[in-house]
Amino acid sequence: MCTMAAEQKKKSLRCRRKKIKTDIYLLCSVAPLRHRAVLLQSATIGGGSGQTQAEPAAWRCVFTGNHSCLVLIPSVVRQTGATYLEEGCIDLFARRVSASPSGSLHASPPGMDQESAAASGASLISLTEHEQRYYSGLHALCQADAPAKLSSSKVAELFKASQLPPESLHKVTEVCGAKHLGYFGTAQFYIALKLLAAAQSGLPVRLESIAGNLPLPRFAGLKNEPAPPASDPQGAPSGSVAWNAADRSSFRHLEANADKKPEPWSPPRSPCSSPPRSPLTYRSYPYSKQRNGVDAQISYDGKLSSRSIVQLEQHSSPGHYVNKPAAEHAAVAQASSAERLNQPATLSYSDDDPWRITVEQLDYYTNQFKTLQPDLGALILGAVAKNFFTKSKLPILELSHIWELSDVDRDGALTFTEFCIAFHLIVARKNGYPLPESLPPTLQPVPDQHQDERIPDTPESSEPLIVFEDAQPRSCQVVKDPNSVARLDPTLASRKHDLQEESLIQEPHQELDPQMRTKTRQRSYSSTSIDDAIKKAEEPPTPPPRPQKTHSRASSLDLNKLFQQGAPGVKSGWLLPPPALPPRPSATQVPHFLKVSEQASQNKVQQPNFADFSHFREEEESGVKLEEQGPASRFGLSSEDLGSASQQDVSGTPHGQAPQKPIRRKYHPESQNLETGAPPPAMPFLPPAKTSQKLLSRQKREIQMAIRKNRETNAVLRRLNSELQQQLKVVHQERVTLESQLELLRPLAST
Amino acid sequence: MFHICLLMFSPQNYPLYIRSVPSQNELKFHYTVHTSLDVVEEKVSAVGKSLADQRELYLGLLYPTEDYKVYGYVTNSKVKFVIVVDSSNTSLRDNEIRSMFRKLHNSFTDVMCNPFYNPGDPIQSKAFNGIVSGMMVQTG
Repeated sequence: MCTMAAEQKKKSLRCRRKKIKTDIYLLCSVAPLRHRAVLLQSATIGGGSGQTQAEPAAWRCVFTGNHSCLVLIPSVVRQTGATYLEEGCIDLFARRVSASPSGSLHASPPGMDQESAAASGASLISLTEHEQRYYSGLHALCQADAPAKLSSSKVAELFKASQLPPESLHKVTEVCGAKHLGYFGTAQFYIALKLLAAAQSGLPVRLESIAGNLPLPRFAGLKNEPAPPASDPQGAPSGSVAWNAADRSSFRHLEANADKKPEPWSPPRSPCSSPPRSPLTYRSYPYSKQRNGVDAQISYDGKLSSRSIVQLEQHSSPGHYVNKPAAEHAAVAQASSAERLNQPATLSYSDDDPWRITVEQLDYYTNQFKTLQPDLGALILGAVAKNFFTKSKLPILELSHIWELSDVDRDGALTFTEFCIAFHLIVARKNGYPLPESLPPTLQPVPDQHQDERIPDTPESSEPLIVFEDAQPRSCQVVKDPNSVARLDPTLASRKHDLQEESLIQEPHQELDPQMRTKTRQRSYSSTSIDDAIKKAEEPPTPPPRPQKTHSRASSLDLNKLFQQGAPGVKSGWLLPPPALPPRPSATQVPHFLKVSEQASQNKVQQPNFADFSHFREEEESGVKLEEQGPASRFGLSSEDLGSASQQDVSGTPHGQAPQKPIRRKYHPESQNLETGAPPPAMPFLPPAKTSQKLLSRQKREIQMAIRKNRETNAVLRRLNSELQQQLKVVHQERVTLESQLELLRPLAST
Repeated sequence: MFHICLLMFSPQNYPLYIRSVPSQNELKFHYTVHTSLDVVEEKVSAVGKSLADQRELYLGLLYPTEDYKVYGYVTNSKVKFVIVVDSSNTSLRDNEIRSMFRKLHNSFTDVMCNPFYNPGDPIQSKAFNGIVSGMMVQTG
């Protein structure tokens, strides 16, 4: 008892120091069993706070029959650490004491409580037979050592299993009278169950609510009575039967099972109990949700109760019952924190399941993707995606947020993975799930294989500047895809000034800024098969071996001569000898669908040959060299053979070139160079030149084709030239302005 | 508590995004920023095809009494960023301001990439907001 005295003293001191609220702080210690001071109950008395001042003299002691001592002292609401609610120690005394404004004590046999409570309880509720059975079953579950008193921990678990928010649970506890009592008697338990049912039906937690007919309260993971009135969206009936045995055992063995593996479980029912079927949804989604929901609930409950059991066992008190502000027990805090802990944990689990794409979903997405873009490896442009997703009738703001979440590489276009993510988010949103702030882990895209292939390990140079310049044009590029040629020209022109290494660097650095950006940007225009991507990947690292030469036809030389006479000058880029291959030919091929093979071969050797190109251009005017003709004719011949190949690659070329930066990027046009070169993918199929039967007719055809091509190239080059001139002017202007700025600043700097 | 305010203006000089910490000083910042827009315009037009102008206004120039530093930044598409900071926040150096502008520019580009964003709309992107908040917390 000395501890008690000490406690009392402490409390009285506290009372004196602080203004007292109207709470009565009850101490009770059961001498034979425990020596702890236990907060049994704190109830407000009347309304005034000043009436019961703290004085040691105001303490009253009551010795009850079961060796417990009730001491009533008005005290501060603030608690100290060691306040627990002990089972079996709490009398109806507390209740009656709190009820009477005078705060007087009554010594009454403990047995009285239950009767009065039961009486009051019975008057309030009338259980149907159905309910009776159900409740008695639950009652049996929660039986504790003390007769007629239910194990508060088990009741706590049961309450938690009802999946109501903790505030409701506290309210239920309070209303049913268990708070006053300090434990759950039968009547309180039944009342509480009815209140739970009311709360789950959405009614306020009040005694009046339970007057009417209510469905049975639903407890996740517990057995449900057959044919519960309320439909169980969780499909619990199916799972519950299997659960009956497991449930009881789980309740008993929960202490042992402290470590339940966290499993995904379906998110709280409230937001998505009845997901509307949007036009975009598909059948499989609800199935998976349900399936996982049942599984998850089981594990969730098990974990929850295990955790709560552990906590409660530690503190040996259902701390969460006492919800009064006075009861800021550590136990309460810990129990509630356990609840809170479970809730965020479950929320994170909830993320896993609905955010995981099932196989059927994936198929559906794939089909949708194909309708937008037949090639699965390609990108869907932003505008296209926008039109498509707008059909889902979600608000633009949400679609915008979904886009931000799903476009992980920030390139303004969606890869297949990103498209799946976006689609999935839209479906989830239409089903009622709130949009997450960030991408759930199961929905995160796996780094794309294609992109990896295209990232050579080259160093980057002057990245920050490039970032900016990339930033602006990038968005424009998405829009101006058709104008790839126009963009090509300036890039090609700028290529002149730059060294080859820079081009190599460009492409990788583009990729490095935020690495996915440029990679995907290159792909944004490719819209080609993976082959192209692979070819592009092959390009930067090493120039593929030049196709050279294998021209079995002896007539090629003759053709050269013919060509030379026929089409002087232009021999457009692709006529260059393998050493000097300007990227420009790719530009010509874009509009003209030149045989890609030539381009490919040329581009392969392009990189070492910039200087040659300019050199070649000069030669262009002066005259043409035979050697240049030769390869050109060779290419022309071989290109003919590549009829099919060109078809395939033609689409590739525009894309390869498209991703080049627009004029702005004068400093780093190499990338464009490389890109122009890159697209014409590696020429894996330089088909062997077929031996023609009639040389003459073939030659004629070839000549005509060559002439046509030359003319086209000529036109392109002319255009390119003019654009380059414009760019030159612009650059000059900028230089002038910069210089003038410098002049302006110089006097400032000096002052 | 340091004050810091960020505003973004479209090429037509209407605000795209306004954010300030603490938020109750926004009106005061608005006034400051609107006057600073004039200076921005002057600079942008005077230099012709100048590149992004990063440092713009200084303490003492506009508000000798209020000790605010106003920095301006213009993107290539004539979108203007303006940052107003306390001059009491002397820890903010020019480089930091520059890096702030760079980050802003990048985030703004990301917003632009979103096809659901129409250029000229007020920016409501959560990601953008997050980045701006992070920046302000960092400097404030």
